Amino acid sequence: MQILKNRGVFIALLLVGLLLPLFTDSQPVLLLFTRIFILAIFAMSYDILLGYTGIISFGHVMYFGIGAYSISLLLKHGGESWVNVLLAALIAVILSAIVSLIVGILSLRLKNTYYAMITLAFAELFHIVSLKWRSLTYGEDGFNFSSQIPDFLKDRFYFYYISFIALLLVGYFLYQFTKSPTGKVLVAIRENEARAEMLGFSTLYYKLISSTVAGVVASLSGILYAISYRYVGSASVFGMDKTIDALLMTIIGGVGTLFGAIIGAGIINLAHQFLADLANFHPIFERWLIFFGILYILIVMFFPSGILGTFNKYKYKFQSRKVERDKSHANSS
Amino acid sequence: MNSLLKLNEVNTHINQFHILQGVSLEIPIHQVTVLLGRNGAGKTTTLRTIMGLTPASKGQVLWQEKDITALPTYKIAQLGIGFVPEDQGIFPLLTVAENIKIAIQDENDKQTQENLEWILNIFPDLKIAWKRPAGHLSGGQKQMLSIARAFINNNTLLLIDEPSKGLAPIMVHALIEAIQEIKSKTTILLVEQNFYMASRVGETFYILDDGKTVYQGNIKELVENENLKRKHLGIYKKTV
Repeated sequence: MQILKNRGVFIALLLVGLLLPLFTDSQPVLLLFTRIFILAIFAMSYDILLGYTGIISFGHVMYFGIGAYSISLLLKHGGESWVNVLLAALIAVILSAIVSLIVGILSLRLKNTYYAMITLAFAELFHIVSLKWRSLTYGEDGFNFSSQIPDFLKDRFYFYYISFIALLLVGYFLYQFTKSPTGKVLVAIRENEARAEMLGFSTLYYKLISSTVAGVVASLSGILYAISYRYVGSASVFGMDKTIDALLMTIIGGVGTLFGAIIGAGIINLAHQFLADLANFHPIFERWLIFFGILYILIVMFFPSGILGTFNKYKYKFQSRKVERDKSHANSS
Repeated sequence: MNSLLKLNEVNTHINQFHILQGVSLEIPIHQVTVLLGRNGAGKTTTLRTIMGLTPASKGQVLWQEKDITALPTYKIAQLGIGFVPEDQGIFPLLTVAENIKIAIQDENDKQTQENLEWILNIFPDLKIAWKRPAGHLSGGQKQMLSIARAFINNNTLLLIDEPSKGLAPIMVHALIEAIQEIKSKTTILLVEQNFYMASRVGETFYILDDGKTVYQGNIKELVENENLKRKHLGIYKKTV
């Protein structure tokens, strides 16, 4: 498989992910890594929009929230059942696809800034509905549905692997998607939209595909997120900060690199955890967000194309030089 | 005249500027029609208007007698109209191969494969840089890529905006040969400042001035008419 041949980072992450639970049975560590995997899926979905199509969304969290509420409401009201889990996944996929199509049709004909603003408006709409429809969603307090989750999904060890496999499957699917002719058209649209139109591509159609794929994948990450926390609340799954997190993860990992989002998710979540824990050693770390901001600035300064993006750039430079050297050797001999 | 594309009194505005103020042309089938004129005469806007990129505010663009004035760009392209813009319009982060493959309408088409081989023989630099990102190419190579991409499909009409710009003289000769070869299968509307190239490949010509068609005829006539060249194109005969 090309994905295994070309992606050293991918293989390294695969090994870490597979072997980690064998070295630790700490529940917080497993939960932390489970969260990294889930948010990496969310960030990869955002990279399809931002990195591959050049569309900025300020409301990507709405799909995440749709997934989270689908599973939690269905289990809460329908009771513990695998059928409900699968049904929730189906509802989340269909609902997020419909919403992304509606949002896309309304805004993708216009400039990308309109898409950003309309997605923000829709996300706020979902946020407000989840706050106000208290009889269903329990408003700001949210609700716990731990007792309705099937036992297999409640086991941290198994759920770690479920999230990890979901990350691998989604990563593989999105990788194939970006390498497909459709994926290449998306990159063409990002690079030069007018030129893509001149080649006969309906850019609206392709942007709708991108937005729908991103929305559906984000809703799947929302499902996993709700199961891992066994709780859902409007702020935790419809809050704007989740979209900002996805944006940061994508930028830190490398916009348009897909797997960079995994690195970004890892760095952000580990930094959150590590910096917050440092407060036990010195009170200055209670203001850990300041240190997190400094870390972000340093990464952007030293890795302007993101970590994987910068790595790929140097790798390409090194390979080009090698080719040039080989060529000049061949010419001289 | 058996024409493929017709422009009837086309007017185009860009913001508050009235760029085309009544352009009328007929593009005969299987010929190279050259659009000439000084800078700012409206040549590029004419091509962009045909492609629907800056749609006409008045007048008609007829494709095989069918009105395409209001069609979106991608539908105009799907009719078989290829466009090589002046700014090359390549995708810098895609490789040369991907830039070409993305334009191919039917990868299994034998004719397309032959076209690919043919164009890579004309522009061997593209073969060498096949797997490199197009953004790393030189200006001339980017121009070659842009032209190659337009020649790859069996487009019925090619709109080419200043293809010789940025090309070395030897490449201009290769391009002239390529256009001469391709014109047996394709109709071409060429905007060109290089009069040598225009006169070598063109059959009919139109001169635009201030957004209007001011003259039309066959290229032989233009080559011999010093007065016309001086008046509309600013070309003066060398005196020794």
